[in-house]
Amino acid sequence: MNTTIKFKIDGREIIAEKGQTIVEAAKANGVYIPTLCNFEGLPPKGCCRMCTIRISNRYMTSCTTPVAEGMEVESDIPEITDFRKGIVELLFVSGNHFCPACEKSGNCELQALAYRFKMMVPRFPFLFPQKGIDATNPKIIKEQNRCILCKRCIKGIKDDEGRSYFAYKNRGNKLEVVLDEKMGKEITDALARKAMDNCPVGSIIYKELGYYQPIGKRKYDKKPIGSEIEI
Amino acid sequence: MKNEIITITSKYQDDRHRLMDILIDIHDLYGYVSEADIELLSERLGMSEVEINETITFYHFFSRTPRGQFNIFLNNSITACMRGHDLVKKALEEACGTTFGSVSQDGMFGLYSTSCIGMNDQGPSAIINDKVFTNLTTYRVMKLVADLKSGKSPDEAIYESTGDGNNSDPYVRAMVFNNIRKRMVILDKDHIKFEVVRSLLKGHSPEEIIDIVENSNLRGRGGAGFPTGLKWHFGRRVESEHRVIICNADEGEPGTFKDRVLLTEFPDLVFEGMVIAAYATGADIGLVYLRYEYRYLYKFLNHILDKMRKEGLLGKNIAGIKEFNFDIRIQLGAGAYVCGEESALIESLEGKRGEPRDKPPFPVEKGYLNYPTIVNNVETLATTVRIVKNGADWFKGFGTKDSLGTKLLSVSGDCKFPGIYEVEWGTSIREVIEMSGADDVQAVQVGGPSGVMISVKDIDDLGTTELMKWYKPSGMMVAQKTFDRKLSYSDLPTGGSIMIFNNKRDLLKEVVMNFMDFFIEESCGSCSTCRNLPFIMKQKLQKILDGHGVRKDIDDLLSWGKIIKISRCGLGQTSANPIVSSILNFRYLYEQHVKAMADFDNVFDLEKSVEAANSFVGRKANFHHA
Amino acid sequence: MNKKIIATTSLAGCFGCHMSFLDIDERIFDLIELVEFNKSPIDDIKKFTKQVDIGIIEGGCCNSENIEILKAFRENCNILVSLGECAIMGGLPALRNGISIEECLEEAYIGGPTVQENTNKILPNDDELPMLLDKVYPCHEIVKIDYFLPGCAPRADLIWDALIALVTGNEMELPYEVVKFD
Repeated sequence: MNTTIKFKIDGREIIAEKGQTIVEAAKANGVYIPTLCNFEGLPPKGCCRMCTIRISNRYMTSCTTPVAEGMEVESDIPEITDFRKGIVELLFVSGNHFCPACEKSGNCELQALAYRFKMMVPRFPFLFPQKGIDATNPKIIKEQNRCILCKRCIKGIKDDEGRSYFAYKNRGNKLEVVLDEKMGKEITDALARKAMDNCPVGSIIYKELGYYQPIGKRKYDKKPIGSEIEI
Repeated sequence: MKNEIITITSKYQDDRHRLMDILIDIHDLYGYVSEADIELLSERLGMSEVEINETITFYHFFSRTPRGQFNIFLNNSITACMRGHDLVKKALEEACGTTFGSVSQDGMFGLYSTSCIGMNDQGPSAIINDKVFTNLTTYRVMKLVADLKSGKSPDEAIYESTGDGNNSDPYVRAMVFNNIRKRMVILDKDHIKFEVVRSLLKGHSPEEIIDIVENSNLRGRGGAGFPTGLKWHFGRRVESEHRVIICNADEGEPGTFKDRVLLTEFPDLVFEGMVIAAYATGADIGLVYLRYEYRYLYKFLNHILDKMRKEGLLGKNIAGIKEFNFDIRIQLGAGAYVCGEESALIESLEGKRGEPRDKPPFPVEKGYLNYPTIVNNVETLATTVRIVKNGADWFKGFGTKDSLGTKLLSVSGDCKFPGIYEVEWGTSIREVIEMSGADDVQAVQVGGPSGVMISVKDIDDLGTTELMKWYKPSGMMVAQKTFDRKLSYSDLPTGGSIMIFNNKRDLLKEVVMNFMDFFIEESCGSCSTCRNLPFIMKQKLQKILDGHGVRKDIDDLLSWGKIIKISRCGLGQTSANPIVSSILNFRYLYEQHVKAMADFDNVFDLEKSVEAANSFVGRKANFHHA
Repeated sequence: MNKKIIATTSLAGCFGCHMSFLDIDERIFDLIELVEFNKSPIDDIKKFTKQVDIGIIEGGCCNSENIEILKAFRENCNILVSLGECAIMGGLPALRNGISIEECLEEAYIGGPTVQENTNKILPNDDELPMLLDKVYPCHEIVKIDYFLPGCAPRADLIWDALIALVTGNEMELPYEVVKFD
């Protein structure tokens, strides 16, 4: 059975495998669609809406939508770019993102997207919400001011029985991601580091491991996020 | 205590998918879920503690801290606010000796605000320990609280008569009124219960039943309007060990209460609809997702289901049809509007927070526990019974070409006769206004807060305006000149919520602000857009209402409202509609507030911003540094 | 061509943005050919002496003086530029947002671990001192700001390019490496 699927992103022909999502197929074909809550190896959940695209005048998230023969995807168009930039700005104002003092600065995906979209100042007013920092865990600091609620830690950091170390708490604009106190105490070094790497921003910090790369050597200092994909 | 929790979890086979039931049972016992309970649940259910906490903290009727002996959930819908909600709230605070959002010192009363509880025609109303108290006034509140203080139970405190019809059934005993104002075919009193299942199903194959429903062009009555026959067809198509029929009784759109009346007066019709749907689609699992606000109907509905089982209308070989096995369980929600969205409802049924799923896959492919699942609205199911009995052609005799049949309207607000009206599709807003005895009408909100406000001025270029493509209405606020518009899928589609506002109402300050509060409160928070934007937009509207608005603020609101359209579910996508549609169509209301000449206003007030420092250091600031 | 007139100030900032400004190195000679400085710490002119073309603001607003200066800049400058994270979003001083004034002052002057020899629990309270605001405000939430140059500090090249663009009226390019928030 032929499992190859052809479709188009912004007029460019994409060859994909059946069952792939649009983001995966785009990546394999050298087309970058910005993502934030999507993480390779984890089931997608369109939380951040960053990878929104348009198909036949409908907005879809490309991390959750499977490829289909002949579909025409619009991605890099002014309207959608403005939405994506708007999301970055929303995430900036709805948290407290003090980049100059953040351990993740230079390696932060949210910041990198802001660079890519040339965000000079968010269009929305800064909310300066009151959020806490949970440093009670021996290995991990959970910095709620920086959390963008992307679910990557919830989906990715689990024990052998599939129980999550992290989970949501509350709903709406009171939503938080919290670390399980008891399980967190037993977390291995490897998993704690994985949690930090998993976090797109500086909300999960492995203790005593900050600012270890000099400015200029960090992931997004020289090249924009996505440039490793784009042909 | 440990034993009690274990008894509860054992009752549900330690199944994490039954977490909602487990938590409801724990609340019935202790009123909240303690740290120790969570620890125990975590062990029994094989979940981490934060995962359990995730479900608890999502739902409005669950609590992590002790609540009162009596917990009063006062509804804050716009129509309740128009009928003295604020006075009732104040009276409650005074009588109970505590403020909203907290428990009185003696632990007797907990006071909480809650979104629409489906009593818009008899508000302000409140739920007290699962009992509903309607038409509250300050006098009634005093009396009620005094009764509770004197040792009466909420049930005994229903000092006034219980409502009409089944509201006075011993299994219900609610101070709720049906207010049925107009009956046609669905609300027809003379029907023979379970006639279709007993005698008609046998003569038809499942495919034939689907054909009848498809031919009738019945569309989902919850508001989205998806063709019901097609949904059944899709559900049947997928190979699976089990198939699921869900009755969506999470009627949460502010202003709707028709499902409450159907469940009170015609539960048999709704359940019969589920059995028919099960027969047609080959489903064996039936679930009713009943919103917690309607818990007072829980016993009554279960009683009906028991009767059905006894009469062979549920269980094995239903109505003598071999291999037709189907049963229904009622699952209670716990207070979350978003659970009315079918995939969020399914998540909740599985014991999780009610977060909508990404589509595809659709529930008809992968729904409850990954089985193909058909979610139908209460009214839709009731309607299918009539269709199967009388045939598609009969059904086509009602309504208009694109919108067949009748529709139950929930009418509330500024009118003499709020209540339920069964009308044919194609009825105009003017006719609804006349039926309900409303006068001096300024606007009619069709379809609840997620609707769009439409006024006189913009109506002509409605279809052509560039902006309108963003605001596909799921409902609308209609202004006077356009009251001749008709309820139908092509003109004014609606799930049935009709709220009437007279000329004394301030549409922005009262109505739009109330709707925005609703969306902020009810967002699940999953999407970056719907979690943050309604709050930010409401702040901006407040700025305008406070007299600090400039023209750019209006443009900003319009442009920000576009971003929200990329949210995952209908709640998110429509959560800016109250503001956006009111700007598009009642722009003059905004223009009245903004400063015409200024291009910048910061709201910033220097005097005010130094007040805290002034008082702490004990002097007045000198302003002379520039 | 008339020289454009520039004013600069540091509100609730650390002067790092001004330092970065000076990091344009020898290009400062070119700049002097193009512009004239008015009120600015660079030339130590304290008061505006004429209408200014471009006002450059470092720092957000944490006290009443910042507000007054910022408003004076808005009145006296045709174009205002927010320079650096503090001006744009409050920056590190805004870490105190959400903490009450009482707690801030108490921690800084009375009960904090680094406080020594304040047995009389005196708060700095001279009448001349500006008063703290309830929170630190980004400049554009106080007055209208025309342009924003992010960074902590903004790269010298960004400042240079922006100034040249403003002075000459030409379009400005924003190379990836110069727009950074740290």
